[in-house]
Amino acid sequence: MHRRMGAKMVNFGGWDMPVEYPATGGLLAEHRAVRTGVGVFDVSHMGDIRIRSGRAPGGALTAVQHISMNDASQLAIGQAHYSAMLYPQGTFVDDVIVHRLGEDDYLLVINAGTREKDVAWVRQNTLAFDCTVENLSDDFTQLAIQGPRAEDVLRKLTDANLTAVRNYWFTHGAVCGLKHTLIARTGYTGEDGFEIYVPSDAATSEAVWNRVLEAGKEFGILPCGLGARNTLRLEAKMALYGHEISDCINVWEAGLDRFCKIEKGDFLGRAALLSAKAAGLTRTLVGLEMIERGIARDGYRVFDQGGAEIGVVTSGSPSPTLCKNIALAYVPPANSALGSVVLVEVRGQRLKAQVVSTPFYKRAKKAAAPAAVSPVARTA
Amino acid sequence: MAYPAQYRYTKEHEWVHAQGATATVGITDYAQHELGDVVFVELPKPGAKTEAGKSFGTVESVKAVSEIYAPASGEVLEANTVLADAPEKINQDPHGAAWLIKIRVANPAELNSLMDAAAYEAYIAGKAKDASA
Repeated sequence: MHRRMGAKMVNFGGWDMPVEYPATGGLLAEHRAVRTGVGVFDVSHMGDIRIRSGRAPGGALTAVQHISMNDASQLAIGQAHYSAMLYPQGTFVDDVIVHRLGEDDYLLVINAGTREKDVAWVRQNTLAFDCTVENLSDDFTQLAIQGPRAEDVLRKLTDANLTAVRNYWFTHGAVCGLKHTLIARTGYTGEDGFEIYVPSDAATSEAVWNRVLEAGKEFGILPCGLGARNTLRLEAKMALYGHEISDCINVWEAGLDRFCKIEKGDFLGRAALLSAKAAGLTRTLVGLEMIERGIARDGYRVFDQGGAEIGVVTSGSPSPTLCKNIALAYVPPANSALGSVVLVEVRGQRLKAQVVSTPFYKRAKKAAAPAAVSPVARTA
Repeated sequence: MAYPAQYRYTKEHEWVHAQGATATVGITDYAQHELGDVVFVELPKPGAKTEAGKSFGTVESVKAVSEIYAPASGEVLEANTVLADAPEKINQDPHGAAWLIKIRVANPAELNSLMDAAAYEAYIAGKAKDASA
C-alpha cells in the first residue's frame, strides 16, 4: 500500500517499512506537517502484549509490577504510562507503554525490533504469577495520527469524545465503523496526537489508512515515514531502543529516573539499580548542539577538549524544527553540565559541540485563544 | 528529469561532463532522489587530488551520509561553494547549478569506461525493478 503512495521502503527490525514519502514532499515536509498540522504513521510493526489475571484478581497487576519499572498500581482504568522492562542488572529489555484496559487487564505496547525477545521475556518472567499472557502483535495495525490538528482529523472518523481523553489516557470507540477501537492519546513525536489500534488484515488497515488521509486533507495531512518519526522523537528526546537504551545501559544513565519507581517494591532490575546508584554514574545521556559545521551521527565518538575519548553519540541529525544539528550522547558526568564544550569526531575531524538542555523541542502549552502557530521550520 | 547526453555516468550515481581536460562532476537526479532532502555537503579544496573510484567528499541528507566518488583521477580546480549555504540546490538542479567540483583530468581516456546516458538510464531502471520486486 505504501509503495503505491510513492514510499521509499527500508528494512527495520525485519519489517518492510516506509522511510519517507518523496511523492508527497519527503522527510522535511513530513516533519513540518506533524509540528504544525498533522501527519499519519503506519506503526503496525509495534508489538502488543496483553496480560490478564487468572482465576483470582490481582495476578495481572503483580506480574506487570514485577516486569515493569513504573508503578502500574497508580494507573486508573483508561490510563497509560511510559515504562521499561529491565534485566536483573538494571539494563533495558525494552521500553514499553503500559495501558490499563480493565480491572485485571493490561496491554503493553513494545518495539518492533525486540518483539520476539520481549514476548519470550514476559512469558518467562510471569510464570510465577496467576495471569495469562497473549501476544496480540499480529492482530493489530497501529496508526499514529500526530500533530496539533490530529484531534480535528480523528474527530471526523469516530464517535468517541476525544477532547475528554487527556494525554496518556485512552478510550474505546468506533473508528471508521470499527466498533470498540482502542484510541490512545499517545505518540512518539513530542506533539499532541493519537494512536489507534485497528484489525491488522490488509483490507481493513488499508481502508482506515485511506480514510484518515481523506479526513485529514483539509488540514494538510501527510503520510509520514520512519525518517520523520526519528527526527521528531529525537527533538523531543524520546529514547530509541538500540540507541539511547539497550541491554548495556541502565536507567540512571539514560536519565529515565522519573519513570522508575524504586519505592513501589521489588521488581526486576531494582536491586542492581540501587547498587548502581550507590556506586555513582560513570556516564549520562546529554543533548548536544553542534557549534562547528557538521552533523553528528549515531556511533560517532566524543572527545573532551584535551583530546581524551569520553563517549559516543547515540542519535544525531539535523533538527528540522530548530535548524540546528543536534545529537544525544553518553558522556561522563564531569562533562555533562549545560554549556560544556565537547568534540564530536565527524569523518576524522573533531568538531565542537555544546551540551544543551533537553528536550531540544517542547510543544507549547495549549493557549486559551487559538494562537497563531509560528513554526520555526525552514521553508527552503 | 532527463539525463544529459553529453554527460557520462558512474555506477555510484555521479555524472561527469568533460570539456577538454576539464571535467565537471555532480550527482545524478536518481542519487538526489534516493538521498532525500540534502542538508550538508563537504567538498575538497582546489588543489586536492582525486583518484578514480575513491571518495572525494560527502553529501548528507537528514537521515544519512553518502560518500561521493571521483569518476576520474586528477586535480580539483574548483568546488561549488554555493552549496555550503544552499545544499538543497542539489535536490533542485542536480545536473546543472548544483555541480560539485571541477577537476583537471589526468587521463581523459579514463572517462570512456563510464556509462552514457542511455546505459545509465537502463542501469537505474534495473535498480528500480529490484526495489519493487
